[in-house]
Amino acid sequence: MIRLERVTKVYAKSTRPALNGVSVEVERGEFVFLIGPSGSGKSTFLRLLLREDIPTRGTITIADLNVAKLPRRRVPQLRQRIGCVFQDFRLLPNKTVHGNVAFALEVIGKPPQMVRRLVPEVLELVGLDGKAERMPHELSGGEQQRVAIARAFANRPLVLLADEPTGNLDPDTSQGIMLLLERINRKGTTVIMATHDHSIVDSMRRRVVELSMGRLVRDDVVGVYGVTR
Amino acid sequence: MRTDFVVREVVTGLRRNVTMTIAMVLTTAISLVMVGTGLLAVRTIDRTEQLYSDRVEVQVALTQDISSADTDCSQPICMRLRSTLESTPLVASVRFESQQQAYERYLELFEGQSLADVVRPQSLPATLRVKLTEPAGAQAVRQAMTDQVGVRNVIDQREVVAKLFDFLGGVRDVAFALALVQAIAALLLISNTVQVSAFTRRVEVGVMRLVGATRWYTQLPFLIEAVVTGVVGAVIASVGLLVGKVLFFDQVLSGVVSNGVVPPVEVADVLWASPILLMIGAGIAAVTGYVTLRLYVRL
Repeated sequence: MIRLERVTKVYAKSTRPALNGVSVEVERGEFVFLIGPSGSGKSTFLRLLLREDIPTRGTITIADLNVAKLPRRRVPQLRQRIGCVFQDFRLLPNKTVHGNVAFALEVIGKPPQMVRRLVPEVLELVGLDGKAERMPHELSGGEQQRVAIARAFANRPLVLLADEPTGNLDPDTSQGIMLLLERINRKGTTVIMATHDHSIVDSMRRRVVELSMGRLVRDDVVGVYGVTR
Repeated sequence: MRTDFVVREVVTGLRRNVTMTIAMVLTTAISLVMVGTGLLAVRTIDRTEQLYSDRVEVQVALTQDISSADTDCSQPICMRLRSTLESTPLVASVRFESQQQAYERYLELFEGQSLADVVRPQSLPATLRVKLTEPAGAQAVRQAMTDQVGVRNVIDQREVVAKLFDFLGGVRDVAFALALVQAIAALLLISNTVQVSAFTRRVEVGVMRLVGATRWYTQLPFLIEAVVTGVVGAVIASVGLLVGKVLFFDQVLSGVVSNGVVPPVEVADVLWASPILLMIGAGIAAVTGYVTLRLYVRL
């Protein structure tokens, strides 16, 4: 489903590779934690999957797409199969909850009747039915992140990438977000989540991929955050 | 392509940068007014040339004594001059105008003005009016007539008309030069506005990129914004030209136009120019917008 083969990424102005010969394979429907300290290469990992960057060496395939070799005009095809959630939510402040989710569908050309059907569905899934007409600033952090997840999931992507989705949230709220991501994962969407949050990783008992200084140092099928095994 | 979406984005974009938008529209409009003025000048020059090509003559003025003695060019000196002219190459025809005829034409031309009162038939020379088949013939006529008995002087009307063409040509050149300067300003403004517009919408554009919107979806709103301002600028420019024609051109040139010296600028001329302005406005805006997006904005 997702396969990285000896992927190396060297940024132009840096001496040390951000990623160094990383090979990972993720099956359809898996839930993977991507952990490691700041600067370990987690963000680069996610950026390469999204083709925000191109690997210096190695190949990346997602479904049947060769990510690095994908011509520019086909990049949207790739991104339509990947949902993205960030620490800072990245909602459009001047659009309602409904508007934010609808926007993501409109800009990939979904017809209006489909948007009208999909948006309430996904808002219900994330537990925000009844708040569709609120503005982002009227919502709590957790609710805002739910909107972001709804937006990422509205188009039913194959993969959901979450970059520290609980980084700005308190533990209880984070727990709620994790439950939501789990629910999405159970629907068949592969979830890759980069995080620093020990307690979440430890409590979920899912696959853990650890990066350090750009190298893959651990890949446990059922893992915890600490190295204590 | 969801048109409702694109339209909404364009309207929001234009409203959000309303001062920039106005500046862009006005600069484009002024630039296009200049282009339009230039185009109208070119058209007037062409028309004036046509008007004069069959009207301009070389006048051979006769001396005082011949003028008053010979009223129908029946005496030897005038007849000889006439036949010389008729056998000169490139001469189409020769017509004699007596003092009395010259006087009548003079009165007609300056009717109601004080100049008409002071002149007497005797103060005007009789002339042989030479029509040429080609402008180059003027030189031959001048050579053949200079220092001939009975000839006072040779006047080539073309030389007089040339000054008029110089003036119209000057109007055209100045208009186009100003248009060019304004166009540069308009270009930079459009480029700047597109960049500002893209910056104020960077969150939207970021989201669009992430969810896999195609290049067209992300860029089209910006391009259409630029084109809309270009088109609005062109419309304002066309209206401006029309107003300028009525309030300025028609007033200032009313004298020479009614005398038939310069052909009038018609409403039809402005209507002829406006689609050209529209295409230039829209075209420049689209190209500038596209290049700016390519060069400066990562979409």
